[in-house]
Amino acid sequence: MTALSTTPRPRLPFGTEEVQFIKRSIIFTLRTPEVMVMAIALPVMLMLLFTFVFGGAIDSGGDYVNYVVPGIILLCAGFGASSIAVDVAKDLHTGIIERFRTMRIRSWAVLTGHVVSSLVRNLVATAVVIGVALAVGFRPVGSPTEWLAAIGVIALWILSITYLYAAIGLAAGSEGAASGYGFALLFLPYISSAFVPVSTLPSWLQWVAQHQPVTPIVETIRGLLMHTPLGNEPLYAVIWCAVILLIAVAWGTIMFRRKAGRR
Amino acid sequence: MTRAIDVRELRKSFGRTEVLAGIDIAVEAGTIFALLGPNGAGKTTLINILSTLVKPDSGTATVAGFDVATQPDLVRGMIALTGQSAAVDEVFTGEENLRMMGRLFGLGRVAAASRGRELIAQFGLEDAARKRVKTYSGGMRRRLDIALSLIVPSPVLFLDEPTTGLDPRSRLELWDVIRALKSDGTTVLLTTQYLEEADQLADHIAMINEGRVIVEGSPAALKAATGGEVVELRGPDDELVREIPTDGTIAGLRRALDELDDSGERGSVTVRKPSLDDVFLTLTAGTPVRELTAPELIDAKG
Repeated sequence: MTALSTTPRPRLPFGTEEVQFIKRSIIFTLRTPEVMVMAIALPVMLMLLFTFVFGGAIDSGGDYVNYVVPGIILLCAGFGASSIAVDVAKDLHTGIIERFRTMRIRSWAVLTGHVVSSLVRNLVATAVVIGVALAVGFRPVGSPTEWLAAIGVIALWILSITYLYAAIGLAAGSEGAASGYGFALLFLPYISSAFVPVSTLPSWLQWVAQHQPVTPIVETIRGLLMHTPLGNEPLYAVIWCAVILLIAVAWGTIMFRRKAGRR
Repeated sequence: MTRAIDVRELRKSFGRTEVLAGIDIAVEAGTIFALLGPNGAGKTTLINILSTLVKPDSGTATVAGFDVATQPDLVRGMIALTGQSAAVDEVFTGEENLRMMGRLFGLGRVAAASRGRELIAQFGLEDAARKRVKTYSGGMRRRLDIALSLIVPSPVLFLDEPTTGLDPRSRLELWDVIRALKSDGTTVLLTTQYLEEADQLADHIAMINEGRVIVEGSPAALKAATGGEVVELRGPDDELVREIPTDGTIAGLRRALDELDDSGERGSVTVRKPSLDDVFLTLTAGTPVRELTAPELIDAKG
């Protein structure tokens, strides 16, 4: 060993922590295939269920596959993102975040790693879901630019709920609790225009469906890919995502600080 | 000698529970300092404050010359911590854990890998280096956990109950590692529930109970402080039948022997130096607020 220094170790070159933590989270995902399988298999099963089993009974005035795929995409994003809550809770619980906190690094970057990995994982899952959708008869009419815009909206939605779930993971006392809280949010797509038109819902539910984030996002994706009327939906979609993201980051920051030294 | 750690009148409460009730300790640079005490004595909280995880309510603490409250970032540049739970990534191999931590300690890619290999060898993890930590035994995890804190030399090292859960052989090996660190000049602050561990390793011991230092000094001084030798009566299978502390005088020794004689018990009599257990028992016996329970004492004896 070299002689002990009397001056503190310097800060790391900019971005070192992020690179290391993103690598860490991505390897983590690749080595826990059950997370990936859940994130992809479940939405695919749901799509097959909705198109082949319920599809005949649900009349939306058109080809149901074309109607339901945007909703399945969103469901898929929600499913994949919720696992970050468990990852974050686990990092808190094992004490690894404490170790990072005692080092001269930006320990917050450990969350950035999880978020980026979640974003990549969910975009891959989304691509698979779209691929399967095309195979079962999804016939989008969007131009390349519209596709790009749709993917942008999907990515923004994934990013905001990933941060939200990361904050939930920080707030939850344990990994078990983290996965429990996660579930609550997964019902949002069902009470929206994702699977059935809002007009078919009971009137009190219509109000809920119209004033929650999933409906404008689904309508935006549907408008971009299927050329249904867009209206103000893209604006609402972006506002919803921005608000969720802002709240989640603020809440996450507070929780991250508060959990220091407590396990 | 300069002080590596200087703690004055440190207090910390969580809600209404006062965990640290005004602690003062001073650790000389290049020494091993043991915080000894039962569960809930405040050892971990003190380590957490010194390693910048928790802010104290009042009092001051400096580590390697920097104030933990006002210069936490600089303190972090001087320390390494191995906490109580094994803070290692289970889906990564031992080697990968060391490499990543090496990068986070500022080593380049090549340096991080070669330093990782050195530590793998030093901690006897060669066979497991490329296996995922998930498959490691408790002792192997612990060794990896400590190796992660030694990637780059740190002037001050905190070890929170480093040998808890280790088998006797691993414990002895770890003791050697800790002694070697000291000879390299690292200041080590460790916590332990094992009196023997403090006795074996530490240059200086502070016994903590209910958030206060109840006594401190070198192991020898502490043992001397409890007074005299202890008379032991052991049965045919060398089991301990009775223990009578003496005041260290010949008259006291005679009284102890008379007492044994009167009791009519049979066995072999030996006289031994007082152990840290005796110090601990003597000092904690008089604490009225929270008495140590029998299982805790058994725990403490390891």
